[in-house]
Amino acid sequence: MTPRPSPVSRRRLLAGGAVAGLGAVAAVAATGDPAAGPAAASAPLDPGTATVPFHGPRQAGVAEDPPAHAAFVAFTLAAGTDKRGLARMLRLLTDDAARLTQGVAALGDTDATLAVLPARLTVTFGFGPGLYRAAGLRSPVADLPPFRIDRLQTRWSGGDLLLQICADDPLTVAHTQRMLIKDARPFAAVRWVQQGFRRSPGMQAPEHTQRNVLGQLDGTANPRGPEIEPAVWNPDGSTTLVVRRVRAEIEKWDLLAVTDKENATGRRLESGAPLSGSQEHDEPDFTALDDAGLPRMPDFSHVTRARVTDPALKILRRPYNYDGVPNALGHPDAGLIFAAYQRDIARQFVPIQQRLADRDLLNEWITPIGSAVFAVPPGCAEGGWIGERVLT
Amino acid sequence: MSNPLNRSSRRTLAAALLAGTLTTLGLAGCGGSDATAGGAPAPAAAPSASAASTALTVKDPWVKATKAGAMTAAFAILVNDGTTDITVVSAESPASPMELHEMTVQDGKMLMRPKQGGFVIKAKSTHELSPGGDHLMLMKPAAAIEAGGEVTFTLTLADGRTVPFTAIAKPFAGAGESYDPGMSMPASGMPMMPMPSSAP
Repeated sequence: MTPRPSPVSRRRLLAGGAVAGLGAVAAVAATGDPAAGPAAASAPLDPGTATVPFHGPRQAGVAEDPPAHAAFVAFTLAAGTDKRGLARMLRLLTDDAARLTQGVAALGDTDATLAVLPARLTVTFGFGPGLYRAAGLRSPVADLPPFRIDRLQTRWSGGDLLLQICADDPLTVAHTQRMLIKDARPFAAVRWVQQGFRRSPGMQAPEHTQRNVLGQLDGTANPRGPEIEPAVWNPDGSTTLVVRRVRAEIEKWDLLAVTDKENATGRRLESGAPLSGSQEHDEPDFTALDDAGLPRMPDFSHVTRARVTDPALKILRRPYNYDGVPNALGHPDAGLIFAAYQRDIARQFVPIQQRLADRDLLNEWITPIGSAVFAVPPGCAEGGWIGERVLT
Repeated sequence: MSNPLNRSSRRTLAAALLAGTLTTLGLAGCGGSDATAGGAPAPAAAPSASAASTALTVKDPWVKATKAGAMTAAFAILVNDGTTDITVVSAESPASPMELHEMTVQDGKMLMRPKQGGFVIKAKSTHELSPGGDHLMLMKPAAAIEAGGEVTFTLTLADGRTVPFTAIAKPFAGAGESYDPGMSMPASGMPMMPMPSSAP
């Protein structure tokens, strides 16, 4: 492997710098985003007290640099939860989220001391097809078509309501999850919870591409900055979310040599560079040939199959790793909570997933075991509630 | 803290402006979606409309959701920004007959009883109504108070002025409390003392 000192040393430099410095960058990244709505006056520099504004025309938790920890909590609505019940539930949950994200205990919070370090906490609301059914409305999202590679389990699939809870601290996520579930209980049952993680805050520069449990850089091709707008946000401030639980077959992956692993994805493991280039963000060159006259980017590789050039057809990946308890043989229960945001699931997500399902060498080492789709309604102003424009 | 505090005082203002109009879609958990409330500025600790010269504001009010006929309680932070003490002598709600209650220890047991003389909020200080502490008791709600619903209240002060506010209902099972003497008590529950006749 070719050593690539420059990014490493830059990372070391950043990681070795003052924690406050990194916090400041993170805070700017969060509040400087036009999607975040009205900019917060001044975010604290400390990672524990850093906040992301809750109110605005778009929900938080989508375009910001993802915090280190996440819980995706999906609910099944109780039989009696109708349109009016949904409005009552969402006012309660919105009020909780508005307070907790700003480091303030929720009303009736029995562990108020756990609310003081929001650590860039965001709570993002997603509405599944069943929520629209319960409200007597047409759903803007539909379940994905079945894919050949799917081995979906009920316990990780579907959901009428999703709360995506993200923060740079796992205790903050745990407390928020607990509070929100308590207030949702009169209206809905917990269907599944998927908890995941990325690198801890301060470990790498903000906006870094995360590494998944297979050791791959994951998200290099994501839209960034102004590219996010046409890919993710509808004019009304809504978007959609696909959550897929993708099990990593690490025991099999372990058997591969590095070159085989790199051919499966089409990228260098260490740098994330396409096999036709030298830097992570080099554009892959699908015409480049190697010494043997074969394409440097194999046509069965993940990058080749997932490739999208039209900015309006890209998806914004916001994945988290999961790593459960190994079995008695020491085989891991690990993989990816693949979360992708896009304007339109059928137009953007499905074609990519279809190409990958048809022919992606990486399919040998990954298995989708859960799948769910959600509409992400616009954000709300202070005094409003998430979903008010859908349900009133 | 400043944002939520502002939000809370805005809610108080909104509650004052919209007092008596209990609607499904009126005041949300964090303020009013009504144009009047949403467009209103959020002055710190805005006094209520019907008590313009009163320095008492009601912050973060909420009520414990319950079924019809079952006792429950409302909580809030009472803020006195004025320079003289304020006494809340009674509370009213269209939802239920009301009493002002306190929790006290008697013979080693927590007991709930009417607060003699009402709640006194010292000048330039706050008085918290909370589970396990002073609270506004709803003796017998006529209808279920559903989670996420809203209940209007009016506090009457010793000088006769009133302070209206609206509280959101929360599902709450904290502190092992039961406010319904007809229900079986958990081990840590708080049985209620018989009502003295001096209740307001």
